[in-house]
Amino acid sequence: MERCMAFDKELNLEATELRLGLPGIKESEKQPFSTIKSNKRAFPNMDEKSCGSKDGSKASHAQKCNQEIASPAKAQVVGWPPVRSYRKNCFQAKTMESEATSAYLKVSMDGAPYLRKIDLKVYKGYPELLKALEDMFKFSVGDYSESEGYNNGSEFVATYEDKDGDWMLVGDVPWDMFISSCKRLRIMKGSEARGLGCAV
Amino acid sequence: MQRMACSFPDEVLEHVFSFVQCDNDRNAISTVCKSWYKIERWSRRRVFVGNCYAISPGMVIRRFPELRSIELKGKPHFADFNLVPDGWGGYVAPWISAMAAAYPWLEEIRLKRMVITDENLELIAKSFKNFKVLVLSSCEGFSTEGLAAVAANCRNLRELDLRESEVEDLSGHWLSHFPDDYTSLVSLNIACLGCEVSFSALERLVGRCPNLRTLRLNRAVPLDKLANLLRRAPQLVELGTGAYSSELRPDVFSNLSGAFSGCKELKSLSGFWDVVPGYLPAVYPICCRLTTLNLSYATIQSPDLIKLVGQCQNLQRLWVLDYIEDAGLDAVAASCKGLRELRVFPSDPFGPEPNVLLTEQGLVSVSEGCPKLQSVLYFCRQMSNAALMTIARNRPNMTRFRLCIIEPGTPDYLTLQPLDVGFGAIVEHCKDLQRLSLSGLLTDRVFEYIGTYAKKLEMLSVAFAGESDLGLHHVLSGCENLRKLEIRDCPFGDKALLANAAKLETMRSLWMSSCSVTFGACKLLGQKMPRLNVEVIDERGPPDSRPERCPIEKLYIYRTVAGPRFDMPGFVWTIDEDSAMRLS
Repeated sequence: MERCMAFDKELNLEATELRLGLPGIKESEKQPFSTIKSNKRAFPNMDEKSCGSKDGSKASHAQKCNQEIASPAKAQVVGWPPVRSYRKNCFQAKTMESEATSAYLKVSMDGAPYLRKIDLKVYKGYPELLKALEDMFKFSVGDYSESEGYNNGSEFVATYEDKDGDWMLVGDVPWDMFISSCKRLRIMKGSEARGLGCAV
Repeated sequence: MQRMACSFPDEVLEHVFSFVQCDNDRNAISTVCKSWYKIERWSRRRVFVGNCYAISPGMVIRRFPELRSIELKGKPHFADFNLVPDGWGGYVAPWISAMAAAYPWLEEIRLKRMVITDENLELIAKSFKNFKVLVLSSCEGFSTEGLAAVAANCRNLRELDLRESEVEDLSGHWLSHFPDDYTSLVSLNIACLGCEVSFSALERLVGRCPNLRTLRLNRAVPLDKLANLLRRAPQLVELGTGAYSSELRPDVFSNLSGAFSGCKELKSLSGFWDVVPGYLPAVYPICCRLTTLNLSYATIQSPDLIKLVGQCQNLQRLWVLDYIEDAGLDAVAASCKGLRELRVFPSDPFGPEPNVLLTEQGLVSVSEGCPKLQSVLYFCRQMSNAALMTIARNRPNMTRFRLCIIEPGTPDYLTLQPLDVGFGAIVEHCKDLQRLSLSGLLTDRVFEYIGTYAKKLEMLSVAFAGESDLGLHHVLSGCENLRKLEIRDCPFGDKALLANAAKLETMRSLWMSSCSVTFGACKLLGQKMPRLNVEVIDERGPPDSRPERCPIEKLYIYRTVAGPRFDMPGFVWTIDEDSAMRLS
């Protein structure tokens, strides 16, 4: 049984497997009653009733939902645990910096007389952000390419300063990582940017 | 007896009645005879309506023509956990309209879980010249514009309390609408607001209201502004701080510490968002006077919590996160000998693994060390029957016991048995238990214990428990004083419900969601019991369109003398004349 379980864990079959465990299997794991239900219920408790003796139903009660086991993120049941939403928002704001209500940062463009400020929270991804920058500064960037970022031969290229103080090409990292590490933006003249794009 | 009652002139009776304030006693007085009923109704100044749909505004106004204060509750409790879909109801509008016409001298409105709009707030502000108290607890539907109307027009306002309401933050300027000559503020609670209120307006307001005793700020008020506010209101009794974080600077610290020391009447503290532990010692000088401490937003660790709580020898009420851990609760048990209420909230309710060292032991310690402990709300991840039995024996004076074991269906971690006997011990020993919330692995047996012993129980919350209708039957047939029953995800069906239909008229309400109740049973209940509103809440479309055996999603049953309500949304299904005919 143990070997079988270890093998199954490696293949991660358990994550996709649908089965009703017999009483006695995996006694050590407390199984969440709710994971089979998500938000809508079928007749799981009707089956529960016909399960026979009290003892039998107790064990199968606990083992009943032996279905999703390997996945670390459990299916969340609506309204459980019974914690009011304003309490939940409180911690998330502390642990995830990206939950702050706004992230205004400076944007400079080479040759422009003054800087601008934008709120990164407003944008859902790179295309939106670049479109906004294009509108704001009246220039255009091309599509993203591996070698040159959002440049593609245009006169300007979008770069940003990250937490470590390094100047990076916009577009390389996933959006969420970008907004949590970006401190300011700079629209560089294409000629200056060549060096960045050509790294490795 | 009748001759005696008539021998007193009405004015004398009225004078005697004026000493009776309690609602239940007033209700009793009104049933003695017709003349007492008449005198009592003219002299009643305050009314509590526990379910806004149990009676119509017109009926209240007709019976009590001279009210000054009204309290209304709307949505069922489980609405707090998003189980009631938006648009279900609880609108205060018809009440405000009716009262605006009938009660020009109304002074107090207290609402809980109701929908109130800016228009409603404007009507309140315009209609009641002597308006004094507005408490909106867990309400929604309004914005800061409505608050501006209240601030601008209610010249005699004493209390504005927005307790955990959801407010649309359009602007912080609403606070500036309090006129410069307005000085009667006694209590202001804006802790739930997201936006920054104009700080200078707040300072001036606080400075010119000498009777201010309660001030609960919102998170947006920075710590470095707190000292100034406190110095303007040294008479404060209850304070909620804003964000409790700032760069650690000795001058800011000593300013704050001095300001706190100057508040000799301060008995209650809350707020403490984003706590920087280095600033906690600023409150040490006043800890010995504190009776209420709400640290449920304070994400500080056990050692800091212990240092703080260890100085609060007069604490009666403590709300805290599970960061306090068992060690912290041991400290509470040792230091807070007058503790009456403890609430421990989960810092990571959705994490799969425990993130703190908080177990059943913490609660056992407090139950041993605090002889006055009577009210508990405790979130944890493990429990044992032995611990529950110990708590029960230690604290037979317990009146409110709400235990939430985070994982549904968790058994006794020592024996792997259900927690039936543990909760059974609670209801058996705590003879005055009024409120109980169950969790963990539970069979029908726990309900048998509850039905047998919990004779004073008024409110019961059940989730992921039980095995059959017998469980529900035990509760409905045994708990004589049951008023509110809320159930989710339990295998309870039609049988117990129909067998105990009459019981439902003796209760305020019953909520059942994700159980095994069929639409057929609901229709039957609705037909047989005209004084109950039987509401089937189902967002999947007409329940008739599904097979009879398919359980409904949610059921809310409440007694009413007002008949079916007129503001039901499309996903609420009730019995009506047509379907009654179809059924036969």
